[in-house]
Amino acid sequence: MSGDVVSAVKTNRTTMSAMALIAVILVVAFLAAGAVGPAIVVAVINASIRGTVPIALGAMSGILSERSGIVNIGIEGMMLLAAYVGFMINVGLSSGGAPTALQAEPVRLILSILGGVLIGGLTGLLHALLSIRYKVDQIISGTVINTLALGLTGYFYLAGATTQGRLPPVISNPFKQDAGLLFWIGEIVFNKGLVTYLMVLVVITVTIALFRTPWGLRTRAIGEHPRAADTLGINVHRLQYTNLFFSGCAAGLAGVFLTLEAVGIFERGMTNGRGFIALAVMIFGKWHPLGAAAGALLFGFATALQGQLQFFNIQIPHQFVGMLPYLLTVIVLAGFVGRARPPAHVGKPYEVE
Amino acid sequence: MSEVTVVTTAPVRAVNLFGRLRALIVPLLAVFTAVLIGSLFIVLTSVFTGTGASVGENLVKGVQTAGAAFSGLLNGAFGDSSGLTRTLVKTTPLIFSGLAVAFAFKGGLFNIGAQGQLAIGSVTSAWVGFAIRVDLGNPVLSAVVHVTLALLAGMLGGALWGAIPGLLKAYTGAHEVITTIMFNFIATNLIAWLLYAGSPGEGIPPGPLNDGNGVITRTPTIYPTAQLPVIYDPPGPQALHLGLFLALIAAIVILLVLTRTTFGFELRMVGLNPTAARYSGISVKRITVLTMIIAGALAGAAGAMQTLGVNYRYEPNQSLGLGFDAITVALLGANNPIGVILSAFLFGAMDAGATRMQFNSGVQSEIIVVIQALILMFVAAEEIIRTMYRIRGAGGPAQKLSTGWGQR
Repeated sequence: MSGDVVSAVKTNRTTMSAMALIAVILVVAFLAAGAVGPAIVVAVINASIRGTVPIALGAMSGILSERSGIVNIGIEGMMLLAAYVGFMINVGLSSGGAPTALQAEPVRLILSILGGVLIGGLTGLLHALLSIRYKVDQIISGTVINTLALGLTGYFYLAGATTQGRLPPVISNPFKQDAGLLFWIGEIVFNKGLVTYLMVLVVITVTIALFRTPWGLRTRAIGEHPRAADTLGINVHRLQYTNLFFSGCAAGLAGVFLTLEAVGIFERGMTNGRGFIALAVMIFGKWHPLGAAAGALLFGFATALQGQLQFFNIQIPHQFVGMLPYLLTVIVLAGFVGRARPPAHVGKPYEVE
Repeated sequence: MSEVTVVTTAPVRAVNLFGRLRALIVPLLAVFTAVLIGSLFIVLTSVFTGTGASVGENLVKGVQTAGAAFSGLLNGAFGDSSGLTRTLVKTTPLIFSGLAVAFAFKGGLFNIGAQGQLAIGSVTSAWVGFAIRVDLGNPVLSAVVHVTLALLAGMLGGALWGAIPGLLKAYTGAHEVITTIMFNFIATNLIAWLLYAGSPGEGIPPGPLNDGNGVITRTPTIYPTAQLPVIYDPPGPQALHLGLFLALIAAIVILLVLTRTTFGFELRMVGLNPTAARYSGISVKRITVLTMIIAGALAGAAGAMQTLGVNYRYEPNQSLGLGFDAITVALLGANNPIGVILSAFLFGAMDAGATRMQFNSGVQSEIIVVIQALILMFVAAEEIIRTMYRIRGAGGPAQKLSTGWGQR
């Protein structure tokens, strides 16, 4: 099929541009290392990774949903709800009232992550229910979810609730300072919480599943031409429900990253537009997981610059630096969307005949 | 895009009065159901976190709290002349911003950026209000000129902030849902810089529009000539300004533009089916940009209402949430300007009563956001309400916005 050839070429291009982007960032990093010293470069890279994780996961959420033909602007709300629920489970289990078996660190943190991911998945199902069963416009349904999340987390917000710190590093850096380059690489590869590694796993899994498994073929089919897929015996709506659940789970993982790994505390509206940036990244990556992940890295880098710019001794009002990720999103959208082709049937409800 | 939607031009006025009243049933039941669920949240919160001796006691307490919350809400919104004034003052910007979203919806655009547009509008109107001195000898004439200038500045600021996403949509295909949200964040940062109080310790000077107080992010106060005239001043802090009538006039003008002008017809046609509109010779790009400019101007006027009628300067957070409420207001009003007036009044009342509600019952005012989200959900998913209350009839056509991500 010529369609396969086209998509293969596209896939290749996406992967290549992703690799090129990473290469450029690496070159810049090495050049910078010479100028400002490795400590600052490593700090910028680590801050970039921290900024990348929620956006990459949010983009996976978008891809899972949109490849199945459903626009998902509710990622922001799913993230926020999960961030809250994951955090509150952790708060609840850390308090004296919880059973001792659940208070122990790995159990407690894993339960908190699972709780957040699950609430994300359930919110994804709500989005599916509204847009499939009740044929609510998918953008309105997403707005409902965003508003609901803002209201619910604000209403149940407990001022002053804290937990004992954040997710600990899975593996500490085994290298000592005197190991030179190995130490600095270790500082980047190790000392990360569980969700960061899970993000990499999710990106790889979504890539393989989407392009190398029957599930992926069916998912892409219902996003492109649900009628044809239906004719071939695929249960379009059931697959959409399943995929929206997974989409919500990915957004949920992004949310728990914020409260359990990055910040360690919940604040009202703390997702700060990341769910929408994730959508822009998804478009930038042309609905391909690897492309989107590369785009997320670019945005992670822009976010990292906010915190690190003073090291480079550049005098820009910090408010303008704060605009950077949002301006970048607009530029990326304006520059790339014309050439990107979304799944053909995205946004349109499918009615079984 | 092979689908062709039949564009009906049948005028809305052909529906008789009874039909119009029936159209109100679903939104009213949506509001009722959302309030009911909101109360359930309050009761459940009490059941699970109450300090009473038994579950039963907590349950009773929860019901009492919910009762106190909603009587506080009603009291704060309508209880006395001061409450009613507060409601009307809160309604005013919501009519403008609701129109901003509804107008864009009619043109097939989802303007989530009303928030940023109205924030920019409130700053630009404040700027004209404090930076320009208007003294024409006659105080009435000076006030008319200055208020008009400041209001126009607000509309212009909002229009500019709406025009950018409109141009991007028309010429690059960048989806307005994302670009308008991004412009909300960009506006927040831009305003933070313009009004920054400065940090002498770090050697950072104050922003260009700051009043030099050294601490607070805000503009100087506007000249009295730029203040919207007060038309009713009951005891209490709030006074009703002329803005309400401007908002009502704006709603009627928008209604006439949409239903009685060629531009309005073209706009609705683009909203219903851009492809068909293009084939019939309408410049979709031109309509897209114009729609966003007018929507932005309306949102900018909403911001100017806050600056010129309430705060007399721009203060941070004076318009917080107004632009997002506008989305629900527009959808609840079925994107009809008259419907927008009614739903803006409902939301104005909720906002006006929220403080009293929290004070009287201790219920977090965010419960109102939950209720607003539920209202939006039930209005959008009419079928849930119809099934729940066994209302017969097919209901109106569903709102349709998702036109994909590409260029139109």
